[in-house]
Amino acid sequence: MSTGFDPLAATCPAPLTEDERVLLGHGSGGRLMAELLADLTPRLGAPATEDAALVTTGAPEIVVSTDGFVVTPRFFPGGDIGSLAVHGTVNDLAMRGAVPVALTLAYIVEEGLPLEELRRVTASVAAAARACDVPVVTGDTKVVGRGAADGLYVTTTGVGVRLPGAHVSAAGGRPGDAVLLSGPIGLHGVTILSTREGLGFETGIASDSRPLHRLAAAMITAGSCGVHALRDPTRGGLSAALNELAAASGVGVELDEPAVPVPPEVAAACDLLGLDPLHVANEGCLVAFVDPARAGAVLSAMRARPEGAQATRIGTLVAGHPGRVIMRTLVGSTRVVDLLVGEQLPRIC
Amino acid sequence: MCLGVPGRITARDGEMGTADFAGLRREVCLAYTPEAGVGDYVIVHVGFAISVLDEDEALRTLAVLRAIPGGLDEVSR
Amino acid sequence: MKYLDEYRDPVLARRLIGEIRAAARHRWSIMEVCGGQTHTIVRQGIDELIPVRMVHGPGCPVCVTPLATVDRALAIAARPEVIFTSFGDMLRVPGSGTDLLSAKARGADVRVVYSPLDAVRLAAANPGRQVVFFAVGFETTAPANAMAVLTAAREGLANFSVLVSHVLVPPAMSAIMESASVDAFLAAGHVCAVMGWTEYEPLAARYRVPIVVTGFEPLDLLEGILMVVRQLEEGRFEVENQYARAVRREGNTFARDALRRVFRVSGQTWRGIGDIPDSGLVLAPEFAAYDAALRFGVAGLSAREHPACIAGDILRGTSTPLDCPAYGTLCTPRRPLGAPMVSAEGTCAAYHNAGRVRQEAQEVLP
Repeated sequence: MSTGFDPLAATCPAPLTEDERVLLGHGSGGRLMAELLADLTPRLGAPATEDAALVTTGAPEIVVSTDGFVVTPRFFPGGDIGSLAVHGTVNDLAMRGAVPVALTLAYIVEEGLPLEELRRVTASVAAAARACDVPVVTGDTKVVGRGAADGLYVTTTGVGVRLPGAHVSAAGGRPGDAVLLSGPIGLHGVTILSTREGLGFETGIASDSRPLHRLAAAMITAGSCGVHALRDPTRGGLSAALNELAAASGVGVELDEPAVPVPPEVAAACDLLGLDPLHVANEGCLVAFVDPARAGAVLSAMRARPEGAQATRIGTLVAGHPGRVIMRTLVGSTRVVDLLVGEQLPRIC
Repeated sequence: MCLGVPGRITARDGEMGTADFAGLRREVCLAYTPEAGVGDYVIVHVGFAISVLDEDEALRTLAVLRAIPGGLDEVSR
Repeated sequence: MKYLDEYRDPVLARRLIGEIRAAARHRWSIMEVCGGQTHTIVRQGIDELIPVRMVHGPGCPVCVTPLATVDRALAIAARPEVIFTSFGDMLRVPGSGTDLLSAKARGADVRVVYSPLDAVRLAAANPGRQVVFFAVGFETTAPANAMAVLTAAREGLANFSVLVSHVLVPPAMSAIMESASVDAFLAAGHVCAVMGWTEYEPLAARYRVPIVVTGFEPLDLLEGILMVVRQLEEGRFEVENQYARAVRREGNTFARDALRRVFRVSGQTWRGIGDIPDSGLVLAPEFAAYDAALRFGVAGLSAREHPACIAGDILRGTSTPLDCPAYGTLCTPRRPLGAPMVSAEGTCAAYHNAGRVRQEAQEVLP
């Protein structure tokens, strides 16, 4: 009931102390995570907008990225925690236009993990690194007591050398740029979701986990300085990646809903569980802001590589509504594409 | 409320069965659609078939929609 | 997907919009009762393309779950022997102090399930624990929850119980017709798949309002709106069925039999609206052993709503979120003040997630 009461003078019923505890949603790539990073990174004096940091500006330019992996289950269709760790870190370097030159690997292992599993994960790390042409140069292993971790956590750091002529940055987008996407979205997130207790369903799909550094290099070669920004839309999905890039670049994004490729199984899972494919995680595709004059050449170069075979243009950057992503819907209206708030929770309605 | 998605029954064993949703398969309870057999489409809500889809009615609806004259292919605001 | 993609055709959608524009000579107010429909309408921006006022109804069972019931869920979930299971959308609904997600962060064993039968399975697999399922929903979900109780009874699972908060649509529509000025209704297609539409015929006649049973895809909604507009323009007030591929007049008699067996109709408090007679379901006496509120002694818990929230006006359709001074400032999906901001299909959350803000509403339109 409307009471004439002044709500702005009221206190919120969600007690503020609840904010003083970490929720799972703080790690899901949405608004909660953005708030957490905005709180933490200034304490380090580091900007939080890039996946990888440029640590030297002389030639060669060195890029560094670090990443933790806690995926459950550890083995899933299309990959495992080991290959995911390699691909994730290689891809973060690639999003700054870098070629990986070395990886580090740290394990936190829970007491009781079958040694066979650790061997399998290590073999998977080795195979993935070999396929990326990047050596694992150093590592560390810690074992914690039973219950202090969930089986195995993997942390990797990647060092890369930036390609000459690569001027990609989250802040590089300009009005008029084409928004390109390298492939269909949602495959990784739906694959992981399908294994969840209580949600279990079977699909013929697999995670899209794969390295993207060669694709990024082909794009930079074809587009030279015209490739302004690259991002792999992992946690939080395409929506988070575009919102982050739009904010960092100070531009608006206009998406075309029918142009965004969503595989049928991903669409079905999202329809069934009431999720938005734009919020579902990916591990093997990238989104790029490219100068419209180079967009055609870059798109052709993408499609010439297997990991970019289904590359497509999904939208345009505009000067209006900076930091916001607007989607033209199927019926020809528009809506704002917002960040996920916390965890993706299946809906019944 | 009530997310309901059409799925095709691929197997049925008494009250339980499997439905296929564009390649995604999940167990569904078919207790409320005893008339539904393999190949039928059902609306599934929280793992339960609540209704058997009527193909004739679906086609009729689409025919009505497709009979609407065109000419307005771009809605201007 | 068959039976889905055909109803998302952009060309046909635009033609339907043209038909609605041509047919509507007045600016009618049409309420879509179902939150799932609200979700599609807002996500697709359908209401911004047609010359009718879409009023969003109380059709989100999550949003209308009473505060006291959420508090009971929290009290039960906090018990160490309990595995508390729920549909995902109930986890962020704030009780008086906290929500189930935060309770989970503090150590409560709270798990999301897709189907109530998953909760029954959990009980069978964990004989040493008490498994409680949060049985919320409209007539669509109630048969699934009834089957969970019947299955637990059949399998003799003494460690399974349900916390019931079921609401019925027609009494709520009746209450809205008494108090709000809405010209017509889109009835919820999946509720009617279970219940049929005979209950709506006396309502249409008594209040002289058209009611069209409508599906959930963009073309379904647009066709439902077109059918309603034609009735209004012609001065008719009938119950029509747009969603004929899934809904028959008598509904699903097997599902309704299960409802009659497991539940009894009772009065129900709707969050933000208040008490509506004969608008809820409670477990029938012979299934009282499966009532979690009784089993865990929380039936007596009561709670008081936050005074700033205009959820009642929102749920009755007399206000939109943009009328609420707390909307988007004090009250966001991140920190919901009231229930319609919690569930993704709550009206306030649907508006917020689609970026609808008072001062910027014009700016985002081409």
